[in-house]
This record gives sequence, C-alpha cells and structure tokens, in this order.
Amino acid sequence: MTIEIAIILIPFIMAALIPLFNRRLQKSFIGWVVLVIPVSLFLILTTYIPRIAKGETFSHTYWWIPSFNINFTTYLDGLSLIFSLLITGVGSLVILYSIFYLSIKESLHHFYCYLLLFMGAMLGVVFSDNLMVLYAFWELTSVSSFLLIAFWHHRKASRAGARKSMTITVSGGVAMLVGFLMLYAMSGTLSIREIIGNVDEISEQTLFIPALVLVLLGAFTKSAQFPFHIWLPDAMEAPTPVSAYLHSATMVKAGIYLVARFTPVFGGEVVWFWAVTGVGLLTLFWGAFNAVRQSDLKAILAFSTVSQLGLIMSLLGLGSVAVHLGYSTSSVIYTQATFAALFHLINHSTFKGALFMMVGIVDHEIGTRDIRRLGGLMSILPFTFTIALIGCFSMAGLPPFNGFLSKEMFFAATVSITNLDIFSIASIGILVPVIAWIASVFTFIYCAIIVSKTFLGKIKPDILEKNPHEAPVGMLISPFILIGLVIAIFFFPNTLGAYILKPAMSSVYPTFPATAEMTPHIYAWHGFKPELFMTIGVILVGLLLYRYMKHWIKIYRLFPQKWTLNAIYERVITSSENISESITNRYMNGNLMHYFIYIYVSFVVIVAGTFLTLEAFSWTPSLDAPVENYELLLVFIMIFASCALIFAKSRITAVLLNGVLGYAIAFFFVIFRAPDLALTQLVVESVTTALYLICFKYLAELKPEKTSKRVKLSNGIISILVGSTVTLIGLAVINYEKFESISVYFEDSYKLAGGKNIVNTILGDFRAFDTMLEVVVLLIAGLGIYTLIKLKAAKKGDADT
Amino acid sequence: MESLMMILIGVLVTVGTYLVLSRNLIRVILGTAVLSHAVHLLILTMGGLKKGAVPLLSQSEGPFTDALPQALILTAIVISFATTAFLLVLAYRTYKTNGSDDLQELRGMSDE
Repeated sequence: MTIEIAIILIPFIMAALIPLFNRRLQKSFIGWVVLVIPVSLFLILTTYIPRIAKGETFSHTYWWIPSFNINFTTYLDGLSLIFSLLITGVGSLVILYSIFYLSIKESLHHFYCYLLLFMGAMLGVVFSDNLMVLYAFWELTSVSSFLLIAFWHHRKASRAGARKSMTITVSGGVAMLVGFLMLYAMSGTLSIREIIGNVDEISEQTLFIPALVLVLLGAFTKSAQFPFHIWLPDAMEAPTPVSAYLHSATMVKAGIYLVARFTPVFGGEVVWFWAVTGVGLLTLFWGAFNAVRQSDLKAILAFSTVSQLGLIMSLLGLGSVAVHLGYSTSSVIYTQATFAALFHLINHSTFKGALFMMVGIVDHEIGTRDIRRLGGLMSILPFTFTIALIGCFSMAGLPPFNGFLSKEMFFAATVSITNLDIFSIASIGILVPVIAWIASVFTFIYCAIIVSKTFLGKIKPDILEKNPHEAPVGMLISPFILIGLVIAIFFFPNTLGAYILKPAMSSVYPTFPATAEMTPHIYAWHGFKPELFMTIGVILVGLLLYRYMKHWIKIYRLFPQKWTLNAIYERVITSSENISESITNRYMNGNLMHYFIYIYVSFVVIVAGTFLTLEAFSWTPSLDAPVENYELLLVFIMIFASCALIFAKSRITAVLLNGVLGYAIAFFFVIFRAPDLALTQLVVESVTTALYLICFKYLAELKPEKTSKRVKLSNGIISILVGSTVTLIGLAVINYEKFESISVYFEDSYKLAGGKNIVNTILGDFRAFDTMLEVVVLLIAGLGIYTLIKLKAAKKGDADT
Repeated sequence: MESLMMILIGVLVTVGTYLVLSRNLIRVILGTAVLSHAVHLLILTMGGLKKGAVPLLSQSEGPFTDALPQALILTAIVISFATTAFLLVLAYRTYKTNGSDDLQELRGMSDE
C-alpha cells in the first residue's frame, strides 16, 4: 500500500464508514468530520509539489488482473498533481461551505457519502495510469454526480437533470471505453505511459483515427462541450455546493484532463487539432452567447462554465500544434497555448468556485436566484458583493485579477496561431481570434449582468419585507479564500508557473526538453501587443452592448424553440421510450403461449439452422442394436398413448395416458439394463398420478380448447418442427465417438467407493454433490408447496381480492 | 433400436410441445411431464442401448452398460417429480385465487 493508492482509497473508506457512525454523531458535526479528509489529503499532496517540480514522478503498481493487463497503477506527475490539488483543495472549501449551507434537516450523511465517493473517483481518474482503471473511476464520477444532482430527489427537475447528465456522460464514457480498447488492440498495453512511448508505432494504424474520435467523445461529453453541453445547465438542480464543486471546478474538468493526457498520443493529428480547437471555440462562443439571456443566476454561471471549458479546450487544441511540429525553437511558442490552458484551468476553478458560492449565499439569504426579482443587494450583502465583483472581473478578464493574465495569454495564442501554414490554418485560421474575441465580449456582458442586476439598482420591495441580512461568517470563509487566490495569483503568477505548471507542461510534452520557453514568464504588462488591444476592445464593445441591450436582445427569439438542442434531446428520449415501450408491450403481452413460441421458434431456428448449414446430419442405422418384437409393441403403445393424450377430452383420461407413458418408460428401463431407474420410475409415476388425482378434486374439468384452427395448426407445426429437430440431432449424435467414454472410470466402483452397484456409487459417492443439490431442489419444492397451501389458509378471508 | 427410440423421442417431444402450447393449465403441466419423459429416454439412448450387462458388479464381470446416464436420469426423474408436484399445487392456487385455469383469461391479472 503506497501513499498514492491510499489517497485514492481513503475517501472511499470514509464514505463507507459514514453510515456506521452517522447515528452516534450529532448531525451538525458530520460535516466537520468529513472535512478532515480533503484537508489532510490536500496537505499530503502539497508535500509532493517540490519533488514534482524537480521533475520527479511517482508510480506504483498494485497487480490486480495481470492476465488481462489490468493493474492498479498509480502515476503522479505534474498534470495529475494540478488536478488532485484542485480536487482536494476546492473539495475542502466546498465541504466547509456546505456545513453552513445545508440545513441539518437534510439527509447529510447521504450528501457527504456521495461527495466523498465522488472525490475518491475523481482522484482515481487523475492518478490512474491504466486505461481500464481510469475508465472505471470515470464512470464512477458520473454515478456519484448523478446521485448528487438528484440529492433533492423529491423535485422532478432534479431527477430529470440527473438523468440527463447520466445519459450524456455515460454514453460518452462508453464511446471512450471503445476508444481505449482500440488503443489496446493497437499497442497491446493498457498503460498510458507505454502507449505514449509507442506513439510512432500506433499512429500509422487504421484504428488510430477512430480511437481518437471516440476518446474525444468521452472528453467532450464530460466537459460539456457543444453539442453535449445541455446537461450542465440542468445539473444546476443540485445543491449549490455540489454545483460549485462538481460542475465548475472538478468533474467537468475531467474531460480537459483526458485531452491534456492524450495530447502526446493524438496531438500530432490534424483531426485532433481541428476537433479540439473547433469544438472548444464553438462551445466558448455558444456558452457565452446563451449565458446572456438567462435570468437564473445559476443558469448564467452554468453557461459561463460551459463557455470557459470551451476556452480551455480550444487552448489545448492550439497547443497540440507543437506536438505535430516537433521540438524546435520556432515551434516552442505554440506550447504556450497549453501553458495558458493549464493556467486558466486553475484560475477558472478559483473565480468560478467563488461565484457559485456567492450565488448560493444570495439564494440562501434572499430566497431567489432570479435576476428579474433581485437588485440593489449591495447594501444588504456587502461581503457577497465583493466576492461577486472580484469573481466577475476576473472572469471578464480585467486586471488586477488572475483571469486577466490567462485571458491575455489566450488572445496571444489565438493570434499567433494565424501565422502557421499547416492544417489549412492559413485559409480559415483568422476565424480563431475573431470567434475568441466575440465570445469574450459576451463574457464581459454576462459578467456585467451578474454584478449589476443582482447588486446594483434599487431593492425590490418584496425582498425588503423578509428582512434579509449578510450570510454567516462560515459561509463567507470559503469564497473569500478563493477570492484571495484570485488576487494572489495575479501578483505572483510565476510562483505558480514554476512549481505547478512547469511539471504539468512536461507531462503534456514528454518529448520536449524543459527549456525556459516551455514555462514563459507571465507578465501583467507586456507592452502594446495585439492581445492588449483585444482586451480594450472587449471592454469598450462590451460596455456599449450592455448599455443598449434592450435593442439587440431580440435576436435570441430568432431561434425556433422546436430546434433547440434541449428540445431535440427531449424528443429523442421520449420517442425512444415510447418506441421501446410499444415494442415491449407487443411481445411481452402476458400470454404464456406466445412466450413459449418465442423459445421454441428460436430453438428450432438456431439449433436446426446451424445443424443444416453445417450439414452435420449423419445416420448409420447399421450400428443400431437389434429390435425385438415386444420392444416394437412398447414403442407403438407409447406413440399411440401420446397421440391420444392430445385429443383426451377428460382429465382422468389424460392422466391415465400420461401414466401409460410413464410405466412404458419403466419397461424400457428394464429392457435397457437399468433396474434402479425402473424402480424409481415406477414409484414416482405412481405418486405423480396420485398427486394429479388429488389435485383434480379441487380443479375444474378440462374444457375443450377454445383456440382457433389457425392457432392449433401453427402450434402443431411448431411442435412437429421441435420434435423433428430433436430426432435429427439425436440420430446424428448417437454414434458420435470422437473421444473415449468416461464411464469406464466408474466401473471400478468397488475399489474406489466400496459399492457394487455402479449407479448407486455414482449418486452417493462420485457425484454426491449433485445428489445433495437434488435433495435441496426437493426441499425447495416442498417448501414452496407447503407455503402455497398455507397461504390459502391464511388469506382465506380476502382471497377474492 | 436407437433409431426407433429417436423417432419415439421425437414424437414425445412433439406431443409435449403441443401440450405446453395449449391454453389450459393442466395440459401445460402434462406437457412438461411428457417432455421430461422424452428427455429421460433421450439421455438413456445417448449412452448406447444394450451394449453390456446391468451395471451391478455382483451380477456380472462386464462389460457393463453405461452407468453414468442412468445416474443422471435418476436425478432427473426425482427433480421432474418435484417440479411437477410444485406446478400442480401452483395450478391449484391459481385456480382458487382467480377462478380460471385458462391462460388466455389469466393474462394481465397480476399487478404489473
């Protein structure tokens, strides 16, 4: 057990323990106990920072299923470290915040149990080197996210949101699994590091591009990229601490992690570049564009998260160009996009986490998140206002906050990419900075909306009636820590760069030497460069558009409601539900006869079909034993009795005919040298017949079958087909002698088992377990019969219901 | 003899299948009984017929007829007896509760 494996397992162990000590603990105390876990994990992880910064990596393997190459291999490098610090760091703050946010009347033990489950799964994702283990943890994050979104499961919207996120992320996850399997088929290993080592070999293969697309599908669905982003706004039905944690800082970043992790594998491909950059930019624009028209504060933040994730994604796409170009002094400039992506990843977690907590406070204290009903809260919630102001300034890319730095780097990266002349960038590359700039204008507008519509202006009278007041200190601690980081990172970005970002860069570009260009010095002021003018333009145009919003807001109505992605999703889900229901109702119609027909027809089709296509029929009557006259007579008696059984009008006749069959078989047993069978058969047949007769006392007389001639005919045909299939196969198999009979072994029964009756020794000794289980079957049947009879006695009074 | 037995088994299976497909509960149960008869004969025939003496060491020196199918059939007889008994009581309960042994009428009566 190494520390890294322990880090993954501790949250799971704690999650399992919560139900145990839940009863003994005071409810208000449980959050504090849980808080210990992420805080201590965070502290343990910080001890790795200096060593990782020096370029060390930590890997440990716990052999799990070596025969399938599935091992629990943890790998801790710069990239994993960033994510694990975010997971535990933001996790600690969110749990601290939730202690004050959630009322103790809620089922807190469930909440913290799910949250820890999620934390463990997420740490598992970023620490796993083995693709299968990574996949397992990946799906576990979807499951725990589902549980957390549906935490208030009495609300219909929560359940619908949970289902939507589950449907979309899990289908992406399954696509990713197929992609992983393709990678395994090509490289023969499930270890990510070994796959990265074999890139040259596998990039030539035909499965390479399909694998790339499938892995990207997994990343895009998880990171809410267009058009899969629709689950994220609905996931906001979760309690606000969950939204702050899962749906802004951690889980949605798993897709970013995956893309960063696989950049060394797929980064050289043109498909990768355009898919990641293009989808990222589209998401960036679409999220920002839609955030502007939302009226729910949380919905604005949801779309803004979508948009920011698109920004990070597109930066990773731009950075992948460097992998294609290979290391040279001219190409190293393009790695700065990846650097900016990782930088913005951290920045986004800080300001977005703070903003979500801010919305949570507004919701908690005022009772609504609708910006049409809010306004003028600046005087009531001064501290919350500070959080909102700083968070939004940072998000809009204004100094002196960390968002400004990464936004400038983003603009710089989009501008510098237009100089490239590969991947047909020359023709459409100019769109990259244009889209980025337009999206940033919208980002600025929705940031202005959050601040002004909530905190500026006049207070609505109905809010004043409730006498709102500032949130308790406990709720303010977490967002203020995050806001502190927002400012601190702006002033000391290069500390972060040297210790956290630099080692992560070498994980994304393992073949590049760690030169100074790989970790550029971050300046707040770098002269009059295009990116500065872009920022100024964003502010000016943004202010102008915000001022005259009334005039252009109508463009949102141009989109037909019927064709929004959500409407399409709903239609697909409803129609597939309806179709599957109607199909199921058609064949699961409650008619036992039809179910039997399915079984028999598939038996005939599959068995006889295979039999005929393989031309396996053979019949050698010459090997048969001779037929005596009395045997012939018995056979005819049986055939006659069985045919008569079909036409039997009374049940007594039917049972007697069945008895004829049973006793005739006993005769056959005698003839075929099976005295034990004959005895047993005689006894059992007598008892069965008696049982039938006893039951008949209580049952109705046989009625003639009311089925139509057509059904009878088709049933007859099916029966004949089944019967002849059995006969044909029996004839073909009877003289099959590919291997020796194993029965010779049992003939030594006296020596081996001390019995002279071979059949008895088989039952009582060689295969005694069979016999024991047979007795168990008898016992179960006996219990069942007893229960069924007793049940009647007990429920006699209300048997008619 | 084996070929003849196979034909007999085919007839039994046909009859059993036809009965199982009927609407009356008693006929269905009889059908399962006929089917298990057929299967017992099938297993026995598969082991080869009249290939040797009764598998009792005290009776002869061998060669013996194959004892393994016999042991399997012995188990099967007992189990088919158990299931038949259970089905009969189930039919009895169904008839008591619902007042019908017609499967067509019984469908959809459970609280799905």
